[in-house]
Amino acid sequence: MQAAIEVQGLRKSYADTVGVQDVSFTVEHGEIFGIVGPNGAGKTTTVECIEGLRVPDGGQISVLGLDPGSDRSRLTQRLGVQLQDSELPERLRVGEALRLYSSFYAAPADWRELMEQLGLTPKERAKFGKLSGGQRQRLSIALALIGQPEVVVLDELTTGLDPQARRDTWALIEGVRARGTTVLLVTHFMEEAERLCDRVAVIDSGRVIALDSPAALAASAQAEQRIRFRPTSPLDDQLLRELPDVISVQRHGGQVTVTGTSNVVNAVTSLLASRNIVAEQLRVDQGSLEDAFVALTGGHDTSGPGTGPASEIGRTNVG
Amino acid sequence: MSADTLTTTLPGPARRPALAQLTRTELTLFLRERTGPIWGIVFPVVLLIIFGAIPSFRKPVSSSLPGVSVLDSYVPILLAFVLAMIALNVLPPVLAGYREKGVLRRLSTTPVGPARVLTAQLIVDTAAAGSTMVVLVLVARTGYGVPFPRQPLGFAVAAVLAAIALLSLGLFLAAVTPTGRAANAIGAMLFFPMMFFAGLWLPQAAMPSVLRHISHETPLGAAVQAMTTAWQGQWPHPLQLITLAAYAVALTVAATRLFRWE
Repeated sequence: MQAAIEVQGLRKSYADTVGVQDVSFTVEHGEIFGIVGPNGAGKTTTVECIEGLRVPDGGQISVLGLDPGSDRSRLTQRLGVQLQDSELPERLRVGEALRLYSSFYAAPADWRELMEQLGLTPKERAKFGKLSGGQRQRLSIALALIGQPEVVVLDELTTGLDPQARRDTWALIEGVRARGTTVLLVTHFMEEAERLCDRVAVIDSGRVIALDSPAALAASAQAEQRIRFRPTSPLDDQLLRELPDVISVQRHGGQVTVTGTSNVVNAVTSLLASRNIVAEQLRVDQGSLEDAFVALTGGHDTSGPGTGPASEIGRTNVG
Repeated sequence: MSADTLTTTLPGPARRPALAQLTRTELTLFLRERTGPIWGIVFPVVLLIIFGAIPSFRKPVSSSLPGVSVLDSYVPILLAFVLAMIALNVLPPVLAGYREKGVLRRLSTTPVGPARVLTAQLIVDTAAAGSTMVVLVLVARTGYGVPFPRQPLGFAVAAVLAAIALLSLGLFLAAVTPTGRAANAIGAMLFFPMMFFAGLWLPQAAMPSVLRHISHETPLGAAVQAMTTAWQGQWPHPLQLITLAAYAVALTVAATRLFRWE
């Protein structure tokens, strides 16, 4: 069976910016596929080419076996889209927008049901201009799903949402996938990609620089581990430094922070055990997608909150 | 199985067509946005009622035209007022705002595409302006004895050409203004001089000849002149009809070339 989305050698340049230089990836049916990258890396340009909003300068794109440029009428029936920064008329009510958009599709979802699922029923008669950021975002997701698409493209899904609304949205997207819809997600929240995506393409300066599962990407970038603890009795830093797996030891008050290679956790805990020292408030920082992202893109822009605790390690890894 | 249950189980074409739904939505929004209903519909009718209540407006406009009252000469101006208000102050801000806010872009990712919302908006504007113009003519006739146009066909041709020219101007403004706010400002700035040349404050007949000549070159001036001529029983002067048609063609071509969906 054909892949849901195939992008091969995509190129798109603008007068003043890089745009997209060479982007290739394949999204399988039923997958949640993430595109991450710094601002201006070419993420949105890539998905706009997939949506048929922009004409590529080079390369091939196939969505459900269709060409986004020439098969528009057939593709738009099967591809749902959530755009970054797209609004509705201020005075249009939630229920009216859903009913209107459902009239565009040959086999639309029941808009009342969708409104209920997205928790918008209490807002049915509210005007778009009066909705909160989270409500607008949910409405735009509902509109992306109203045609019962086989593939849905979501661009900066949770930007501007508070943490609770963000988590609710994630649960919703998992529900969408559970129904068999393929999801292409553009984000700059690593936590979001890590939580939702089966695979992630990291785009930087218009190229795919890494493509794997979030766990594999995190593992590849994260050779170092970091442990923090408070020893119950005095502990000589020198003993820790002598361990072969340890790279550095730092102290902040009573707290010791040890970084080292992948075996450092075992080495340190064995040492403590042999001295009968208990490590209180023990914390181990595993590598995260955030670290991988910073390592891969050189950390020139992570744009946004949620910087993981171990970002610095990722950075030293590169350097 | 009844026909009803059959249609509900069949997906697809039995549904309400998208254009009808879009037009209905645009009409709802037109009514909710106060500019169109208040200034494009209610205000001109109220103005007619006020003019009709002024005794001096019932007198002949001049001794050379004994059958034509001042009120008679104002009805075509009010018709032009309706057209200008809707074409300049409703249409451009709506469409430029849709572009600015990404409404058109969002529509172009649906099977319907963005062009049909333009069609829907034009249908609503044409219907609103057309029905208000009919109401004005009827109120003038029944309330104040203003006769119907004596050259009905010529009047219809002039009114339709005027509507097309004004709506083309509206589309042109929507094409060249970047935001809804800018479209609003430019529409309002054009409205007053154009209404001046239409004769709202100073009837064309009373204008100095230089102003009158300029007036006949403007869309609203030509429209009022053509409608007035037909009202009094003569076929409108070809020059005015050609002027209106030229505006319509040039502005439509320019709007089509310049309009951007995003």
